[in-house]
Amino acid sequence: MRYHTPATFEAAAALAAEASGVTRFLAGGTDVLVQLRAGMVTPDDLIDLKKIDGVKTMARTKDGGWQIGVAVSGAELGANAALVADWPGVVEGMELVGSTQVQGRATLVGNLCNGSPAADSVPGLVAAGATVTVTGPSGSREVPVGEIPAGPGKTALKKGEVISGVTLPPRGKNGGDAYLRFIPRTEMDIAVVGCAVNLRLDGDKIAEARVVLGAVAPTVIVVPEAAKAIIGTTLDDAALEKLAQAASAACKPIDDKRGTVAFRTDVAGVLARRAAKIAYDRAKGAK
Amino acid sequence: MPKDELKTSFKWIGTRPDRPDGLDKVTGRARYGADFSLPNMLHAAVVRSPHAHARIKKIDASKALALDGVKAVVTRADLPTGLSGEDLNLQDNTLAGDVALYDGHAVAAVAATSALLAKDAAKLIEVEYEVLPHVIDVDDAFRADAPVIRPGLADHSVPKGAPGNVTRYIEFGHGDVAAGFAEADLVREETYKTEATHQGYIEPHACVGQMGADGKGEMWVCTQGQWYVRRMCAAVLGTEASQLRVTPSEIGGGFGGKTTIFMEPLALALSRKAGGRPVKLVMSRSEVLRATGPTASASMDVKIGMKKDGRITAGTVSFRMQGGAFPGMSPIGEALPCAFACYDMPNVHHEAYEVLANRPKAAAYRAPGSPMAAFAVESLVDEMSRELGLDPIDVRLTNGAKEGTKSSYGPKFNQIGLVETLEAAKAHPNYAAPLGPNQGRGVASGFWFNHGGETSVSVAIGEDGTVQVSVGTPDIGGSRASIALMTAETFGIDYDDVRVNVVETGALGVNEPTHGSRATHSNGKAMYEAAGQAIRELCKRAAADWGIDAEAVEWADGAAQPAGPNAGKFPPMSLREIAGKMGSTGGPISGHHEITMGGVGASFGTHVVDVEVDPETGRTTILRYLVVQDAGRAIHPAYVEGQYQGGAAQGIGWALNESYIYGKDGRLQNTVFLDYRIPVASDLPMIDTVIVEVPNPGHPYGVRGVGETGITPPLPAIASAVAAATGVRLRELPMSPPKVLAAIKARG
Amino acid sequence: MSKIHVTTKVNGDDVEFLADPRESLLDCLRDKLDLTGAKEGCGTGDCGACSVSLDGTLVCSCLVLGVEAQGKTIETVEGMAQDGDLHPLQRKFIEHAALQCGFCTPGILVAAKNLLERNPDPTETEIRYWLAGNLCRCTGYDKIVRAVQDAAAEMRGAA
Repeated sequence: MRYHTPATFEAAAALAAEASGVTRFLAGGTDVLVQLRAGMVTPDDLIDLKKIDGVKTMARTKDGGWQIGVAVSGAELGANAALVADWPGVVEGMELVGSTQVQGRATLVGNLCNGSPAADSVPGLVAAGATVTVTGPSGSREVPVGEIPAGPGKTALKKGEVISGVTLPPRGKNGGDAYLRFIPRTEMDIAVVGCAVNLRLDGDKIAEARVVLGAVAPTVIVVPEAAKAIIGTTLDDAALEKLAQAASAACKPIDDKRGTVAFRTDVAGVLARRAAKIAYDRAKGAK
Repeated sequence: MPKDELKTSFKWIGTRPDRPDGLDKVTGRARYGADFSLPNMLHAAVVRSPHAHARIKKIDASKALALDGVKAVVTRADLPTGLSGEDLNLQDNTLAGDVALYDGHAVAAVAATSALLAKDAAKLIEVEYEVLPHVIDVDDAFRADAPVIRPGLADHSVPKGAPGNVTRYIEFGHGDVAAGFAEADLVREETYKTEATHQGYIEPHACVGQMGADGKGEMWVCTQGQWYVRRMCAAVLGTEASQLRVTPSEIGGGFGGKTTIFMEPLALALSRKAGGRPVKLVMSRSEVLRATGPTASASMDVKIGMKKDGRITAGTVSFRMQGGAFPGMSPIGEALPCAFACYDMPNVHHEAYEVLANRPKAAAYRAPGSPMAAFAVESLVDEMSRELGLDPIDVRLTNGAKEGTKSSYGPKFNQIGLVETLEAAKAHPNYAAPLGPNQGRGVASGFWFNHGGETSVSVAIGEDGTVQVSVGTPDIGGSRASIALMTAETFGIDYDDVRVNVVETGALGVNEPTHGSRATHSNGKAMYEAAGQAIRELCKRAAADWGIDAEAVEWADGAAQPAGPNAGKFPPMSLREIAGKMGSTGGPISGHHEITMGGVGASFGTHVVDVEVDPETGRTTILRYLVVQDAGRAIHPAYVEGQYQGGAAQGIGWALNESYIYGKDGRLQNTVFLDYRIPVASDLPMIDTVIVEVPNPGHPYGVRGVGETGITPPLPAIASAVAAATGVRLRELPMSPPKVLAAIKARG
Repeated sequence: MSKIHVTTKVNGDDVEFLADPRESLLDCLRDKLDLTGAKEGCGTGDCGACSVSLDGTLVCSCLVLGVEAQGKTIETVEGMAQDGDLHPLQRKFIEHAALQCGFCTPGILVAAKNLLERNPDPTETEIRYWLAGNLCRCTGYDKIVRAVQDAAAEMRGAA
């Protein structure tokens, strides 16, 4: 295994493009090292992105959004009060990844590129409308986060492409988001079901909403029917019930060691209801 | 000795001093299995079967051996033939013979100059398999049409016509169960099932082994029992036990799982083949989960007859248990006697079948067999108590075993503390705490025999009057402290003037492992006798100095005291004083005692748990937990509480989330701690404890042993609490959220 | 495969070693620097027995490559006692019998120290969630939580 510490994303992309064997990028390392240790993946080239300038920065964009570096850890996101105030659902998704120790290393981009359908940070990013900058041999482009996952363990990134940043849109007024997941224990598990809700209010009524589910399909899924169920409502019981039904109906889960089809389908609805309430309260100004 | 002859006031016993090995263990200095290294050492890796059941057609290690730095490869062909019984089991498990019997079964091992190189080499060892049909589930294995995985291993106990995977059968009881059921007002029969769990010690197995062509060897290993390692390795390798010296490292948890061997002979065999260079072998976590431990899985029918007032008239159990692909490994012999041990059973019948399945060779796990049996019997007792509108503690008090009760498995109980634990539980504030919606309370009792066993202890007086105790039982949870306390008490000296050493196999006679809740119990007794021997010699030296008869000298307050007609004639002569001149008064003073320890005191406990169940997700939260258990005598109460709390935590894990999960291909799917879900800190509340002390008359300080019983009641107590919270009874573990939610939905 | 020369600071000492890029920081601490206080319980970041502080951040050293330690500052359990005086957490762990086998103890001590540096007065719940990545199979965590609370109280009193 060769270990590289390029100084720029262009150089990182070039290294990946020229590599002939298995290539992995190292951001936080919490997935790559596990795979290495387990003998699942032993890269021929490991490209450490942490020496690139700016990978540890979180900055407001001109329009009031956020630009987040690829090596910013979950703990660092959680410590950024302004970011938490804007996008609590995005941050809480990331903060659910692993233990305190893992939080010191794990990153949004790493969680995204690991390609797990159960990645906790991805539903929140998709619900928020976040984008990533993909840098490759022919330059950089912005891609919605939801277009990156391509199935368990797979991403839509092409050979020689690397994600060089994450952009969150401006929060704007009267908005709120939330992420909930179900795990059997209180910590340290992979999500059996995850659900993010991002919404904006017009008065008491929901004007816009996005509902995103994790761990119930080969990739994270956006559920427009679930959003439709609550748009135009004050999140009354009937709307919540419709939301839950729509969320459950959208599930295409599998039976595995972490949960059953029936369980995931049921709990997706439950979490959608609960997450929507939190997002609604946050949009109303609750902490 | 009779109860009233037992001492009841002590200077040291019952206090909570710092443990002697505390400093080493909080500074990172204590050396555990993988912390040991030797010059010129090689590192080993093991090739394991990726199939649940497969014939090994060919092993080709030529590519591995061609790598620079690869020094040796061993396969079954390197081990002697002709073994039988458990020795053959151990050898079969160390390295597969013609057939790999479970996913993770060792097939070959390789030693190289670095751990990375050994791993690379292991990947280059090519094994050709012919996959055979497998069976995993205990009920599937018991079916008449199941693939018979190891024909011909049934022993003489197995009834004719039993399914082909049955290897052992046990049956016993007393009274007339038919008459007992006829007398009952309520008779219920249910089936319960538990999945295999792993001991889950955080330290993976690790050893350094060295053996020359002459068969002389040394081993440093994390184990609960160095003499067991010695005997088992010698048997598997065909060498002589006394030529192998085994030194135990500090041990990072065992819970029964480190009372046997798994990969240790491989380190020795590789070393022998590599010209005697030491070989280090450390398991990964996934190797630990795939190829060590675990406990048995069980399918259990229980039938109980009860009068309206809660009196039990009869009970029967019929168990099926698998302990892997090796005969004799399921704990049926323990599970059956534990099943009804808490009850005075006028009429009782037990039977159990051991069944083979393509799973790892089961090892002991904290009160082996008892938690499963308790899950079945205590759950049904609770169901029937509720049906009859009776308080579950009252029902247990009505039927509870006490001194003089003929136990469900035969012998009469002497002084035991079950009733005392029930009364303490009933009086505890937790039993009266108010419950909210979706919350429920469960109660259960549990039993373990406790064990004595082969024990050898030396006590040596130092020149400065301090005392060194050599024991053969690795200290897993504070036994150095408890043995030091009893030693200080016996000699009448300060706790800090005692040093307890856990020694290697060359330093003492044979010792059984730290198992069966025996370390404090058996070492306490053997130390007491060895100290008595030393004290007699100390008295003799004082008597000689004073010119009086040795019989006229007593030992009290850490000094020889003239007694009888000589009382007060001489000032007491302290241990320090006698020791200071022992070289010129007859030589070193020490004491030894070797015993197969009997005098065990049966252990009982009662747990009370409150849970809350989320009705929409089926997730159970433990709100409150109480352990009440009879310790006989708590030598170091803090570590007694620790055993209670630790046992409860393991039982909680078993009840709620821990289990072996297999794919259709027979491969274990949850081979890391991410998916083998032991409780984490945020899963648990504080665990309240009450230490009941009904002294064990068979022990000089009344000790019963406290290590194991605590894991037994949580399984049924939590099932009963979940039933109280939700109205649905789960009869299959673990009570994972999908199962609980499905049960709630089915209830409607 | 060629090894990489790494210089780093461990418990205040400047050290250097040669690392295969596949080796974790835990491997390097244990095998190259003979600092065996950090333990490997899982190798997958699930048990916390290998916890160390890396530039002040609590990490699992099994999830850090040895080569990543270049130029960093590392604190392990071996560095907790200062000038022969135990850290209050170390004393309280012994006093409260917060260890049985002691294998998870180094990682838990390092993790708890890191917590108390950020939050001198954590609640029981905060302690439990902070330590959720440190598995202990012996104690049921009760005495560990109490020891951390007591050490925190003593440290607040001393401050």
